[in-house]
Amino acid sequence: MKNNCYVARSTAIAARPLGDEMMVMSATDSTLFTLNEVASVIWQAADGVTPLDQIVATKICTQYDIALEPALKDAEALVEDLAAHGILLLSDTPLPQAGTSRGVTS
Amino acid sequence: MSGLMAEVAAKALNLGVPISAQIDLTYRCNERCVHCYLDHDDHGEMNTAEIKDLLDQMADAGVFYLNLSGGEILMRRDFFEILEHARLRTFCVKLKTNGVLIRKKEAQRLRALGVESIQISVYSHRAEVHDAITKMPGSFRQSIEAARLLRAEGLNVTFANVLMTENAADYQGVRALAAEVGAKATLDPTVTPMMDGDRSVLQLNVDRKKLQEVFRDAALVGDVEEFCTPPAGVDESALDMLPCSAGHTACYVSPYGDVYPCVQFPLACGNVRQTKFADIWRDSPQLNEVRSITLRDMQSCSQCAHGATCTRCPGLAYLEGDMRGPSIQDCEKSYARTGIPSENFKRKNAAPRPAASLNLVQIQGIQPEARNLAAAVPETSGAVA
Repeated sequence: MKNNCYVARSTAIAARPLGDEMMVMSATDSTLFTLNEVASVIWQAADGVTPLDQIVATKICTQYDIALEPALKDAEALVEDLAAHGILLLSDTPLPQAGTSRGVTS
Repeated sequence: MSGLMAEVAAKALNLGVPISAQIDLTYRCNERCVHCYLDHDDHGEMNTAEIKDLLDQMADAGVFYLNLSGGEILMRRDFFEILEHARLRTFCVKLKTNGVLIRKKEAQRLRALGVESIQISVYSHRAEVHDAITKMPGSFRQSIEAARLLRAEGLNVTFANVLMTENAADYQGVRALAAEVGAKATLDPTVTPMMDGDRSVLQLNVDRKKLQEVFRDAALVGDVEEFCTPPAGVDESALDMLPCSAGHTACYVSPYGDVYPCVQFPLACGNVRQTKFADIWRDSPQLNEVRSITLRDMQSCSQCAHGATCTRCPGLAYLEGDMRGPSIQDCEKSYARTGIPSENFKRKNAAPRPAASLNLVQIQGIQPEARNLAAAVPETSGAVA
């Protein structure tokens, strides 16, 4: 994965927190995912303008006592998987118009 | 229900989250179906702002699956404004419609808004039969055209059929038509009473012979032997079973803001015009009473061989006078399916009624996988992290 990877939530999804997890359904194929607590943190922080490595450093490593390198590796695998299902958007430039749905942040 | 869906439902139940809700946006309709359980007048529907506010409250309360139904949803001029708001709040939106008002423009808009699926009422593969049921000439052609337009946009479409005397010979034709269009198909084998308790529409139910034929159609039920196998009885662990999701993880809101456990369970629990949705969901004495009921509390059903496997609808039992009691319609279904009389029948020392007077009712619930007889929409699922 390239440096300065930006991630944004697709608008073509349904999503809702359930306890400490996040339910996410792809509108393209109705595949349902549940994201665990850590994955949910990345999902919620995917605002299109914060680089993934910064999200991992500030939201994951500080809260879960894990080193940046392995955490970033796991995070990259996660976002690529979600992007393959169309529920996250990846870019090497910021995506300021994305990630604005209210349903997962309010 | 897939494994992941079951896990999600179990977690929602544990957390007390209303993961699924149906809102009827209106009871107005452009069809006049012979079996419909609604009146079609507007007695003071929630306006656009009220519905948007309700959607916000539901999203905050954890509702994920949102069924928008009616009446005919597109009779509301603000339908797309409501839908846009629902998608902004990232609900998984499923629509129920007759499709008559859906043209290419509407189909494209539904696609753009990311609707998960659209259920269209189709009662026959023959226009004259369908139109006679809807009492709307041309409705068959318009509904099928809508289905084709929606499929052309790549949307998931399901034909929802209700088995009744008028179309008893046509359910296989509807399934074939659905396959040709690229849609899925469901068949509800019974007609439900009207919401005001009027049971005259139950005369439309098919006779026992036809019902038994349907229950033994492998194309509908899969493994017939398994589906119709006699019940094994109720063991101790089954006594703690909950009746269904109504009031536990699901609820229904009428066009007037009244909250019920389910569309088929007319136990008024509060009104969102007076009380916040979350407060009704959490504190309603009626909902909490519904939640307190397990199979153990049902005097007749807990002793019944069908107790653990019956499709007993608590709403129908409520309509018969006791939400802890049996639903005679479901006793009838269990009998037609297995040939074993229920405890309720035995206690009343009443043999099942003659086929000509059967009143069979099946819930048309919020979660289709919970009650639909056959051809439930397959759910794909995956788990990440």
